[in-house]
Amino acid sequence: MPTLRTVYAWELRKLMAQKRTYLGLGIAVLVPLIFAIALLLQSGQPEDVAFGRYVRQSGLAIPPVLLIFGSIWLFPLIAALVAGDIVAAEDHNGTLKTILTRSTDRSRIFVAKALAASTYAFVALAAMGIVALIAGVAVSGLHPLVTLSGTTVSSGRGLLLIVASLLVYMMPLLGIVAIALLLSVVTHNSAAAVVGALMISLILQLVTILPGLGALQPYLLTTQFNAWQGFLRTPVDYSPVVRAAWVCTLYAVPALGVAFTSFVRRDVTGG
Amino acid sequence: MSADAAPVHARGLVKRYDDVTAVAGVDLTVQAGDVYGYLGPNGAGKTTVLRMLLGLIRPTAGEARLFGRDPLVDGARALEGVAGFVEEPRFYPYLTGRKNLELLAALDGHGAQGRIGEALDIVEMTDRQNHKVGGYSHGMRQRLGVAAALLRKPKLLLLDEPATGLDPAGMRDMRALVARLSSEGTTVLLSSHLMPEVEELCNRVAIVRAGRIVYEGDLISLRARAGGHWRLRTTGDDEALRVLRAQRGLTAVEREADTPSAAGALRFEGDEAAVAALSVALVESGVGLLELTPVRATLEDVFFTLTEDAAEEPAPPPTTAADDAGALAA
Ligand SMILES: Nc1ncnc2c1ncn2[C@@H]1O[C@H](COP(=O)(O)OP(=O)(O)OP(=O)(O)O)[C@@H](O)[C@H]1O
Ligand SMILES: [Mg+2]
Repeated sequence: MPTLRTVYAWELRKLMAQKRTYLGLGIAVLVPLIFAIALLLQSGQPEDVAFGRYVRQSGLAIPPVLLIFGSIWLFPLIAALVAGDIVAAEDHNGTLKTILTRSTDRSRIFVAKALAASTYAFVALAAMGIVALIAGVAVSGLHPLVTLSGTTVSSGRGLLLIVASLLVYMMPLLGIVAIALLLSVVTHNSAAAVVGALMISLILQLVTILPGLGALQPYLLTTQFNAWQGFLRTPVDYSPVVRAAWVCTLYAVPALGVAFTSFVRRDVTGG
Repeated sequence: MSADAAPVHARGLVKRYDDVTAVAGVDLTVQAGDVYGYLGPNGAGKTTVLRMLLGLIRPTAGEARLFGRDPLVDGARALEGVAGFVEEPRFYPYLTGRKNLELLAALDGHGAQGRIGEALDIVEMTDRQNHKVGGYSHGMRQRLGVAAALLRKPKLLLLDEPATGLDPAGMRDMRALVARLSSEGTTVLLSSHLMPEVEELCNRVAIVRAGRIVYEGDLISLRARAGGHWRLRTTGDDEALRVLRAQRGLTAVEREADTPSAAGALRFEGDEAAVAALSVALVESGVGLLELTPVRATLEDVFFTLTEDAAEEPAPPPTTAADDAGALAA
């Protein structure tokens, strides 16, 4: 049987041959560019968002602003765009029967798809982070960063903390990937899966502002999109990061489990 | 894989979708070297049986084995040495024909990459290999589907109406290819609703209707079963009919109406001795003979008799499949 690596490599190649892949990546790259250009063209800065005040003092403040902005719907959308499509597109093209009658088990194909969708989310996030850093430094320079605690960290340490933040941001993003993948398997419909995953992400955020449900907030998947902020405090607060790790696991693992079982057992009647 | 296990061995296969019984208890054995025709009208459950063999869908009941392996238990390993497709072959429209085959070869392993060029040659798709499949015609996708199957160097080839969508030359090539693969030792199970195709290629046949096998055997026995009747035209059909009915050894006497291509006539069944006696009796009663000809039943006729005649089957289940078949055939 071909190795998981071979199957995974082909899943990536298929992604690279599709337009929708570049839509998400394009947005991830364009948003920081547009933000930087806007800073150049206009005076003032976003005051009502953390780090917004410092975007002209240090380029390092720009990625955190975009992470906060992107957590509402942008990154969930980018992640769902591919994860929600990766199985449903095979239904749409009728190609499941084509790949499932070769010498590769369904389980291996599922794992390769899950890995490819996660890789995509990672690449999009990294692309946003890198472009935001470069554009930020180009516009505002590489200067020490003011943290959420009001202290200042050196630009070197600031850079390190930004990278760590991006990695922690990946955890809830993988939760979204898992949910979109599940919807992709069970709905057989890419639009339904993408929109469904995005709706779930928006509704979870809505829950926190409903009266009486505030206590749920720490355990919602979308709340974990703020966990990285623990890194930008002095001293570094690891507790939100630790909580994000297990909360995201609690969302991702059952979703992946159901998606896996359903994919491995289902009747392939289309195509 | 046990060396002596039959390429295809299915027992009691049933597949139900909600209220539709697509396959209603099929036993099927294809021996090594067979070119086996699985013949039936639309909706008879041909594709559904092939899907179960390929492990794409789970049988509601019964079991299927390929070379002794169960696709439900052994997964992809059950398909070792097996290739084929159901319905229209599907590929990634945004990849070229060649890239599609490279992907499938990667999922195959076993040196399939090295057979791509040859497979494309065989189906005459070499000059279109670098175009995206999205722009292929139906027949071209069908050819690519055959190429994809050949990559696996199959010992057992499962083909679902392989000639659909092919032009006459393509159909001829397809049949020649099946014949060649068979002569090289490949076992073939092919579904079809074209009797001539099955007659040309297959040594064994199952005729299915509404999810059940209504005939199973070699083509020679099927031909023998076909039988035939006699056609009689005279100067006085009413008198002739009286003589016919009085004649010993003649059965199924009927009057056939005019058709656009043939004048109306009397038809009956009987052996040659009885027919000879009839001709004498007719002349004695003063009836002039215009035509007295034997009509051989074609296999097509047998197919229609088996798949349309409701009395032929013990108790056809009231399934949608049966209704579909009936409605189209009517
Ligand atoms: N996924 C499905 N859901 C519901 N009914 C189905 C499904 N697949 C097949 N059927 C039904 O099962 C019956 C057999 O279908 P199948 O496709 O096996 O027929 P077939 O012999 O291949 O016909 P054709 O010659 O038209 O290809 C039909 O009545 C069909 O409507
Ligand atoms: Mg069919």
